[in-house]
Amino acid sequence: MAVVETRALTKVFKEGEVGAVNDVNLQTREGEFLVFLGPSGSGKTTLLRMIAGLEQPTRGEILIGGSVVNHLTPRERRIAMVFQSYALYPHLSVYKNIAFPLKAQGVKKELHRQKVEWAAELLGIERLLDRKPRQLSGGERQRVALARAIVREPTVFLLDEPLSNLDAKLRASAREELELFHKRIGTTTIYVTHDQVEAMAMGDRVMVLHQGYVRQIGTPTEVYDHPSDTFVATFLGSPPMNLLENGEAIVGFRPEHLQPVELVPQAATTFRLRVKNKEYLGAEWILYGIVSGGKFDGRELISRLGSAASHQTDQTYDFGVGEQDLHFFDRQTEKRTGAKVLAWR
Amino acid sequence: MQRGMLHTIGSHVARWVVVIVFAVLLAFPFYWMLITTFKKTADLYTLENNPFIFNLPPTLEHLRLLFGQTAYLRWVANTALVGVIVVTITLILALPAAYALTRLTGRWGQPIGIGIFLTYLVPPTLLFIPLSRVVALLNLQDTIWSVVVVYPSFTVPFSVWLLMGFFKSIPRELEDAAMVDGLSRLGAFIKLVVPISLSGILTVVIFTFTLVTQEFVYALTFISPESQQMLGVGVPTFLVRGDVYYWGSLMAACLIASVPIAILYNLFLDRFIAGFTVGAVK
Repeated sequence: MAVVETRALTKVFKEGEVGAVNDVNLQTREGEFLVFLGPSGSGKTTLLRMIAGLEQPTRGEILIGGSVVNHLTPRERRIAMVFQSYALYPHLSVYKNIAFPLKAQGVKKELHRQKVEWAAELLGIERLLDRKPRQLSGGERQRVALARAIVREPTVFLLDEPLSNLDAKLRASAREELELFHKRIGTTTIYVTHDQVEAMAMGDRVMVLHQGYVRQIGTPTEVYDHPSDTFVATFLGSPPMNLLENGEAIVGFRPEHLQPVELVPQAATTFRLRVKNKEYLGAEWILYGIVSGGKFDGRELISRLGSAASHQTDQTYDFGVGEQDLHFFDRQTEKRTGAKVLAWR
Repeated sequence: MQRGMLHTIGSHVARWVVVIVFAVLLAFPFYWMLITTFKKTADLYTLENNPFIFNLPPTLEHLRLLFGQTAYLRWVANTALVGVIVVTITLILALPAAYALTRLTGRWGQPIGIGIFLTYLVPPTLLFIPLSRVVALLNLQDTIWSVVVVYPSFTVPFSVWLLMGFFKSIPRELEDAAMVDGLSRLGAFIKLVVPISLSGILTVVIFTFTLVTQEFVYALTFISPESQQMLGVGVPTFLVRGDVYYWGSLMAACLIASVPIAILYNLFLDRFIAGFTVGAVK
């Protein structure tokens, strides 16, 4: 097990252009599950590939287990990586796929069977060992890819969107399986995803990336409840946080905190909303309302309500937000600031 | 119901008609070579005879002429030897070149690949003049080694282009995975890319071999002695004397040369077509 550290890590693909990864400083904790979260093009995969040694950084250092590994090839870094496509070797059986890293790294042949069986058992794929990758389902392929990664007992696990190509139902169970797997092996894991649900559910900590810059790194609670800027605030959470410019500040509040006024006794402010549209999601309602009257006339706000709500489209209702649920950002820098007293009328 | 059945029968009939027409069309040259090989010359030249059957008893005289009075076996051996050597040279040059062009040269790889392919299009009827100087300079004229040197000039570009297509279809992540798993790039190329593109490599082998067997201009211009001839030149040169065509022996020579290649093609047909990377990615 080891700690991964990057110092001012930068990758510029084309000289003179904006970097894909810019000045990333991060340090994983021993045995932690760290998630890189960001929209596509945010540099998360490039960052992961640099840590793996598949991409050369333009500047900066990568350390694994305390020593600089910039000059080391992927194989010398003792890492394991699971790819988005799983990248199973199509011409080899599952057994040979799992044994491949052992063979490639010159592990003694006598040990192969024992290790492959150990990894296969860990992932419950013993009965698939003689199959070829094309005969496997998506979930089974993922397990084979994990077994191939675990078999050499790596110091660090890198996973690049391993769930993105599974269907929704399989994804939930595969996610749980990955979590349990991480708990069992306890190896430091870096996981790349663009799916905030995955990030929140799985990560010990989440690192939010945007345009190659780290926007925030923290536990799921921290990034959700105390977003460091408006990007993080709107990227996490679905539907996203409501943002309103108010004087020198941008004020944000999450849809679940915008509730009918009778449920918010200590409301910091209230809005009269005309319901434009509503979506029923089973456990909840999503209400899209237009502010009518006052300083924010015409702005759209989103509210998330319990399934018992009975609001009608085109009707007007009063909504409120509690003081403690407000987030404040600087209007210029869009960074989080302390609470401010603002005029709402 | 009735109409549905009729439709099914109709499509069956149509399919069989197509299959039969093509089978007859493609098998006919072989049948013609076979029957002519064993036909008496008198039978062949009598215009009143039905040309598709034996009108006189079959004969072995054409085969005797072919094997007894020409260096046919020597030509077959020459061609096979040149074929094997040229295939080897082609693979040694084209495999790494195609890989480098698809994976390592970035956005210039594709245009360079096309550029290399374009050289394949320069006709040998133009190139044999400068190349004859090269052959003379290397002192290889009148030996099979002259064509061994020259043939890769068209087999390599074609093979590079063909292999580039195969390498491009291999997902990049597979090689990344192999390198993370502990191979160097060269190792990943040898242990992963080559086995996965086996069908492409086989195609290159057979294509190259076929090109070598059917090449005519270089073999004709660089080699004169009977014992050093290639099949493609030896057969028409020594079995057509003036305006006398030794049809029986000509057909026998062609039949014997083409059957092994036809068998080879059929043997690996599945490999050519096989979607070999199915299952590599989700």
